[in-house]
Amino acid sequence: MSTERQKKIRNFCIIAHIDHGKSTLADRLLELTGVLTEREMEEQVLDNMEIERERGITIKAQAVRMIYKAEDGEEYILNLIDTPGHVDFNYEVSRSIAACEGAVLVVDASQGIEAQTLANVYLALEHDLEIVPVINKIDLPSARPDEVIREIEDVIGLEAQNAPQISAKNGINIESVIKRIISDIPAPRGDEDAPLRALIFDSYYDSYKGVIAYVRVMEGRVSPGQTIRMMHTEKEYVVTELGYLRPGGQIPSDALMAGEVGYICAGIKDVRNCRVGDTITLASNPAKEPLPGYKKAVPMVFCGIYPADGSKYNDLRDSLEKLQLNDAALMFEPETSVALGLGFRCGFLGLLHMEIIQERLEREYNLDIVTTAPSVIYRITKTNGEVILLDNPTNMPDPTEIASMEEPVVKATIMTPTEYVGSIMELCQDRRGNFLGMDYLEATRVMLNYEMPLNEIVYDFFDALKSRSRGYASLDYELSGYKESKLVKLDIRLNGEVVDALSFIVHVDKAYARGRRMAEKLKETIPRQMFEIPIQACIGNKIIARETVKAFRKDVLAKCYGGDITRKKKLLEKQKEGKKRMRQVGSVEVPQEAFMSVLKLDL
Amino acid sequence: MTGTQDIGIYIHIPFCVRKCRYCDFASWSGMESIWEPYIRAVIRELELKSETAAGRRVMSLFIGGGTPSLLPYAFILSIMDAVRRHYRLLPDAEITIEANPGTLDEDKVKAYLDAGINRLSIGLQAYQDRLLKFLGRVHTARQFDEAVSMAQRHGFSNINADIIFGIPHQTMDDWLETLSRVLSHRIPHVSCYSLTIEEDTPFGRMKREGKWQDPDEELERSMYHTAMEMLGEAGLEQYELSNAAKPHHRCRHNMNYWQRGEYLGFGAAAHSFHNCQRSANTSDIRLYMEGMARGNPVLDECYPVPDEEGLSESMILGLRLTEGVDLDELSTVYHTDVRLKYREKLEKLAERKLVELEGSVVRLTKRGMDLANQVFVEFI
Repeated sequence: MSTERQKKIRNFCIIAHIDHGKSTLADRLLELTGVLTEREMEEQVLDNMEIERERGITIKAQAVRMIYKAEDGEEYILNLIDTPGHVDFNYEVSRSIAACEGAVLVVDASQGIEAQTLANVYLALEHDLEIVPVINKIDLPSARPDEVIREIEDVIGLEAQNAPQISAKNGINIESVIKRIISDIPAPRGDEDAPLRALIFDSYYDSYKGVIAYVRVMEGRVSPGQTIRMMHTEKEYVVTELGYLRPGGQIPSDALMAGEVGYICAGIKDVRNCRVGDTITLASNPAKEPLPGYKKAVPMVFCGIYPADGSKYNDLRDSLEKLQLNDAALMFEPETSVALGLGFRCGFLGLLHMEIIQERLEREYNLDIVTTAPSVIYRITKTNGEVILLDNPTNMPDPTEIASMEEPVVKATIMTPTEYVGSIMELCQDRRGNFLGMDYLEATRVMLNYEMPLNEIVYDFFDALKSRSRGYASLDYELSGYKESKLVKLDIRLNGEVVDALSFIVHVDKAYARGRRMAEKLKETIPRQMFEIPIQACIGNKIIARETVKAFRKDVLAKCYGGDITRKKKLLEKQKEGKKRMRQVGSVEVPQEAFMSVLKLDL
Repeated sequence: MTGTQDIGIYIHIPFCVRKCRYCDFASWSGMESIWEPYIRAVIRELELKSETAAGRRVMSLFIGGGTPSLLPYAFILSIMDAVRRHYRLLPDAEITIEANPGTLDEDKVKAYLDAGINRLSIGLQAYQDRLLKFLGRVHTARQFDEAVSMAQRHGFSNINADIIFGIPHQTMDDWLETLSRVLSHRIPHVSCYSLTIEEDTPFGRMKREGKWQDPDEELERSMYHTAMEMLGEAGLEQYELSNAAKPHHRCRHNMNYWQRGEYLGFGAAAHSFHNCQRSANTSDIRLYMEGMARGNPVLDECYPVPDEEGLSESMILGLRLTEGVDLDELSTVYHTDVRLKYREKLEKLAERKLVELEGSVVRLTKRGMDLANQVFVEFI
């Protein structure tokens, strides 16, 4: 049973597909509850990072406490926990969901439910969350609320006839959402006098306060000065400050009690000691069991990241360390490439996570980086019985030493308008997908289920899917295990020398096509140089494709008009700049893009 | 590097009958009404800057364009007057005027000679009328022959012809014909330019729109090599990437650029290098004239060149000359061990057979001349 205090609290998250209006709705709620005035608000305050705002996605969970005065005169505390919205961050989403009693499901009135949304709804249902469906963008001419309501009922089995029909953008019907949150979502429970169990659903590094843990107190209470223990990492700290969360800041308080959402600072120096999903308890009166659901972050996708300018190696390391302060899932260790010199092997939760890190390194840390093609973890059983995990193609043992190889496979869910089914099935087939089934969501939309090697998804599958469906198809996947597979390492030789950073692992049936396209692609990417450059794709010593970059015969500025030396210098400077964006690989200058070209093979 | 050397003077006449389709230089057709005020502005600039020259001797004067020969000769004479009035023009100075066939007549030629102009640079570009038309030239091949013969008849012996190779649709036979016709006039200087496509030109636009077919690189290079061989056999020795001359007929004005000597430029878009500072007048004719009327030149750029950059300039300019660069000489000029400074780069370039070293002299190889930018970027 909830106490009187708890009865006034609602903890909820918002589930929505990218662009379906999650952040806009959050903004409206903040506005309506007076947390922020319209003036104060930068659009979509919850998405803090520049990249988040640009991509319209949430990478880090956020939380905010709102006070709402209901018509009956009662004041309610509404804790909104904003969840990350991408498959790469599934675990983080699950922890945010575990911190709530309910979820607002925002569905675009024109687009309907998407794969990602559905995955998160199932996640919420697993955690017994009460779902409040909301139909957004009701004012658009293309809105078809009745169909979308039917879809919600058919696909999720959720009564949606009375779902608020709103426009978050134009502030239509927002209050009805709040009313439904209060009436439908249960108040938190949890014994205030039991030993403390607080769930960490996110953490941030702050250079003044150290790590700030975002928590939901499930049972018990905690105050400043008490010694807390992280039940999984078993580290202990003294609470220096705690309180409630507001956009972009905190409101200190003297206690957090069962049912509440807030933050805790305890002089923690490393986010890795404050893992999402871990349970905080008191050292003096510890709980018997941690809260369920804790998982260690497991990177699924790996790539090499190198400084474009070798002398920036230390800067790159510093930047990765700084990013890691706020991103416990990012892993990296030094590696050396013959072609690229000193760099790092980095592990990510998924492709988006990888892209985000790459972008942040370039934009926030102003680094010019070269990244190698992403790889997954292969499991290799050697003839001597030894089993190794391989995340870098370069380290693949000699084929004669390999008894068998396994690759990770995922269960992929794709939702698409029916008209693209044919072309998407073709794509999945081509990507070695194993068809599991197809369900109609409504007359014009279907859900396709495939088992598919992760290695195929990593090679630009998402973009291919988008282009075959004019952007309408959505994808969700989860790792389902390992499967034996016939895989080979494909090497690229430039001017006769193997360029380690261009090697990749590929299914034997696709090796020829990929090798050929790769050689063609590199021919387009590598500029002509002073000598002829043969490009060869090989498996072991066998050459399976060959292209040639012809030598240029001429590179000279003829004219010298009326003493204009400045212009000559500028042209040469530009040429020199261009050279700088190249990596010297043996005697060949290779542009940075080339190392990612395996991703752009249009196969 | 300041003080005592003789300097060059460049005067820019930005007017043409019609702009060629490859040209992105400051020049305009029409505009007859501002010829006169423009010349007045140039003369004003000559007055204004005379202090700058501070009594330095002028060893070359180059009246370029545009098409200076398009203007009534009286304008040219008044410029010559102003130069002589305000500057110490050496008695044996090289004084060049650029001319295009079809704009030159007997009166002009005589007047130029009377004014002391002793070198004529004629733009031919190609000897085939169809190529001339393609390039947007306003004259015929025959008019070139006439212009050269007439100039020679009246006493011009120091004549240059500009020719272009690497034109789409230009065959090796076309090129050989152009070369032999030029040589048949027994002129002592020829400039061979590889057609360069500049962005802001009709050709540049064609290229952007994908309507341009670059000529075959092999053919283009073989035209270049053939030209330098043929010119050499005719006694015109190649002395710079694009230039060949008979002994004692190298263009002193351009040599001064390549040897990083000082020069003053007059007129719109004219460049100057003086007292370790590079500057350029505005390329906007009206702004230029307004500035001169106020006695206050409008500049597009003006920046000092510190020694470090000066050395880099000396390398990229000097390496254009077949005689190469004497590193020990540069060491003296820049008070630094240039050989040591560039040792690694030079070794690498020599290894790639782009330059050759002989004592303290470094010069481009034949291959280096085709790939000169690859050498130059090392010194930028």
